[in-house]
Amino acid sequence: MRQSEHTWFALFAFTVLAAAIYTPASAATHSADFMRPLGPIADMQRTELFWATVIVMVAILPVFVGVPWILWRYRRSNDKSEYAPAWHFDTKLELVMWGVPAAIVVAFGIWLTQAVFRIDPYRTIDAEMAEGMNFEIDGPPVVVDVVGLDWKWLFIYPDEGVASVGEMVIPVGRPVSMRLTTDTVMQSFMAQGLAGQIYAMPGMVTRLNVLAEREGTTVAENTQYNGTGFASQRAPARAVTDAEFSAWIDTARAAPPLDDETYAQLAKSGDVAAARRDLGRTGSGPLAFALPDPMLFGRIVGRYRTGAPVPPEQQPGSHSYDPEAARLPATDKGMSDGND
Amino acid sequence: MEMTDIFGRLSWADLVLLDVFRSPSVDTAVSSGAAWIMVLGAAAVLVWLTVAGRWGWLWRDWLTTVDHKKIGIMYITLGFIMMARGIAEGVVMRSYQATAYQGGAFLSEEHWAELFSTHGTVMIFFVAMPFITGFMNYLIPLQIGARDMAFPVLNQISLGLTGTGAALVMISLALGGFETGGWTAYPPFTGADFDPGPGPDYWVWSIVLSGFGSMFSGLNFAVTIYKMRAPGMDYLKMPVFCWTALCTSILLIFALPPLTVAGLMQALDRLLGFHFFTNDLGGNMMNYANLFWMFGHPEVYILILPAYGIFSELTATFAAKRLYGYRSLVMATMSIAVISFGVWLHHFFTMGQSPSINAAFGIATAIIAVPTGVKVYVWMATLWRGRIRMTTPMVYMTGFFILFTIGGFSGIILANPAINWQVHNTQFIVAHFHNVLLPGLIFGIFAGIHIWFPKAYGFRLHERAGTITAILWIVGFAMTFLPLYAVGLLGYPRRSAAFDDPAFLPYMYVSLTGAFILLAAFCGLFVTLWISIRNRDSLAVPLGDPWDGRTLEWATPSPPPPWNFPVIPQVSSLDAFAKEKAEGKPYVQPAEYRDIELPAPTSAGMVVMVSTTALGFALTWWIWWLAAAAAFGLVAYFFVRSFFEYPHIVIPAIEVQRVNEAWIEALHLCTPVNRDHEDDPRNRGHAATDMAIAS
Repeated sequence: MRQSEHTWFALFAFTVLAAAIYTPASAATHSADFMRPLGPIADMQRTELFWATVIVMVAILPVFVGVPWILWRYRRSNDKSEYAPAWHFDTKLELVMWGVPAAIVVAFGIWLTQAVFRIDPYRTIDAEMAEGMNFEIDGPPVVVDVVGLDWKWLFIYPDEGVASVGEMVIPVGRPVSMRLTTDTVMQSFMAQGLAGQIYAMPGMVTRLNVLAEREGTTVAENTQYNGTGFASQRAPARAVTDAEFSAWIDTARAAPPLDDETYAQLAKSGDVAAARRDLGRTGSGPLAFALPDPMLFGRIVGRYRTGAPVPPEQQPGSHSYDPEAARLPATDKGMSDGND
Repeated sequence: MEMTDIFGRLSWADLVLLDVFRSPSVDTAVSSGAAWIMVLGAAAVLVWLTVAGRWGWLWRDWLTTVDHKKIGIMYITLGFIMMARGIAEGVVMRSYQATAYQGGAFLSEEHWAELFSTHGTVMIFFVAMPFITGFMNYLIPLQIGARDMAFPVLNQISLGLTGTGAALVMISLALGGFETGGWTAYPPFTGADFDPGPGPDYWVWSIVLSGFGSMFSGLNFAVTIYKMRAPGMDYLKMPVFCWTALCTSILLIFALPPLTVAGLMQALDRLLGFHFFTNDLGGNMMNYANLFWMFGHPEVYILILPAYGIFSELTATFAAKRLYGYRSLVMATMSIAVISFGVWLHHFFTMGQSPSINAAFGIATAIIAVPTGVKVYVWMATLWRGRIRMTTPMVYMTGFFILFTIGGFSGIILANPAINWQVHNTQFIVAHFHNVLLPGLIFGIFAGIHIWFPKAYGFRLHERAGTITAILWIVGFAMTFLPLYAVGLLGYPRRSAAFDDPAFLPYMYVSLTGAFILLAAFCGLFVTLWISIRNRDSLAVPLGDPWDGRTLEWATPSPPPPWNFPVIPQVSSLDAFAKEKAEGKPYVQPAEYRDIELPAPTSAGMVVMVSTTALGFALTWWIWWLAAAAAFGLVAYFFVRSFFEYPHIVIPAIEVQRVNEAWIEALHLCTPVNRDHEDDPRNRGHAATDMAIAS
């Protein structure tokens, strides 16, 4: 049977490929990701992936094994096999067919529900959560406000009075409470080593809570296409010791301030290097700022919530954006008017 | 009069054909080259039509016909034309991403964005949709024993509107360029503040106008199935394909309007300064995501259900066995149709809603896997204790079984929001939806083409060429898309023009190799067709039943006459034709013949297509006089038309009798062949059935 041989060859090739693909990626990268988490949330997500795979295998392994076997056993040229052309129903088989997937879905549903509640991105990381998930909290929470710009992330630390572009730094062991928005089109923030992603949208605030248990670096990236510089919107997210964090804060406090004029320039479309040029700063790598106004995040959200139209010249990310024309509202009243 | 009064915002600078001469580079060579291929290809067809004197043939036999079979064939032809573009784009994109390590690839980022946006739009709306609509057109009336659709002219108009959408996407290749925000076109990126056009305008009008066509198709198919089944064909005696077609039709009716509405809201934002989805004045892009996926998720099942129908028919046929668990399949199909409306939120678990909402939609998504799993088991049970012939459709089916199960597996993984947060918007998603749509839908369609091509054209497709092509599809798919799961898990975002992790490189090279195999597989389809046409005499099956088929369409000659059946058949069971054959008395002949009335050809579909294409083009380029003229012309045509009675042609009873008796006589002169000689010149389409006893 020539055609059967073709089929068997295809099946074989496919199996080899599948095996090759799921060999863990080479260890060339050291940065943390979904498979190499830095903290308890990403850790739990990886565990979810593992168990979901195991549960679902119950339903799909019979297909992988059964289909080749049936095709071979009941090939037309095999006149030893049984032939039952009129057979079309079996109550027990029906029960298995519907029952097994249903049972799997019940297990899977329970599993996902507890996970979704446990690591809800909006859930504040506190002692109760730490106890439930068996990890340590070491120090008070850190607030990080994240603003998506085209094509870079601005990280604002309102309590520390600093800001950073192109790099997020967090202290190991302390809960990080993030508020996210954008000052352009929609984006999606993901730092795989810490937690999954959450959308960031202009005029709106979303939340994400993470905690790093060990030192390391992961990538804070945008996954929602937002124009030609999209691929460069990736910033290292570094989890460092408390001492290193304090040292980093001190350095940033000494950097030039992120005042309204600087922000208006920063918001222009371009990657971190372009921002550096626009701001007349030398060197390379991430940009640190002192933060004169801890309300900056709220004012950025409020830009779109004043009840007045915002013409394209005043919208960062628009082709006609003009830093001279664009002014943020004076207070963050717009944000507090609305819900998150 | 200003130039803008005549040409709107269209200018010489928008002519993509000239880009390569204005600023020569690889990038402009690719974009201008594509535009030239399209323009020259279209010109070549026009020249051929003129030289060969085929204009009359094209107009009378195809463009003005209301015969559901020809309309079906035109849908599928449109699907293949658009697929050529989609595949070419796919290969360019894979080449681009394979060279995207640390940037420095050969296309501009703008061009790259346009490629992934057109590729998605073309493949979903103008390849997959025409394919399934084509199959439903061809098969529904034949399988339920009807002569045509309930609304034959509306059917032609639906095709015209689909053609309009495809035409607008194709025009964008040469004039101005398409949008760059992906096939989902999420605002505000596609809003006027961030992209003044014309790209998003092309998207809006091609989607809105073809969306009306798809909705009309859904209405037409549903009414046809409800009202025009042959006497005796209860719902539970309908072929499974018709059940899947019915569910798809219901989905088309209810799922397309949210998309059309979302598209029109975008148009209002863009043209009239509304604020549905803008950043300011209370606009809300989340509402767009909601509306889009209220369409988008049922759409997945719109596409896949007819393929499930094809797989159901083919397992029974090529295992020479009655379908196992018909009622289970029907129930599973209906449940999928209903549940598919309750899962759309899983496309944005990442939007910040409460955990209870995420959990509810996660569970709903997992639930839909139950009926889907049941279907796979039902097909396995159908093959079990059969006598399986490994024909080309069965090779596709094998690929489907294994690969689609992997796609279902990744789907279940994605249903868990906690995991979804990590892989949403990454290449994992790209791998997943190609994994369900290619082995699911496209393999089903190609298997279906192998099965029903002989019905439509009277000769089989070459078996060996078909099998090789099928294997190329399977291997090409596995190599192209399975590696993307891995890089997705490692955080490579979809739509990203560059990556800086060297660990991705091997995956991208395997994927690129796979893309070329897929290109070869696509060419293989045409090689198969060419070999088959050359050997059409030895492959001829004019008697109509080359596969020992089970349903009514096989009890007609190939190709079937325009009236399908000499008299409307009486149906007493499921798989009526298989039962008659098993009982040894197929081809029951009518006692008397009557005149048959068929709807006359009409140019309505072409009028709709030309006027709506002009309308969409005018609204894209702000050519207001043309928009007004096109809208007026359309309304005026139907207004005037409404005063005339719709003409019919009458086929005299004597003609029906002559055609039918000639076929019956040919059947009697030909010895029935058993399945050992299926792929053999002896197979003229008169089957000796494998089924020893009544089903």
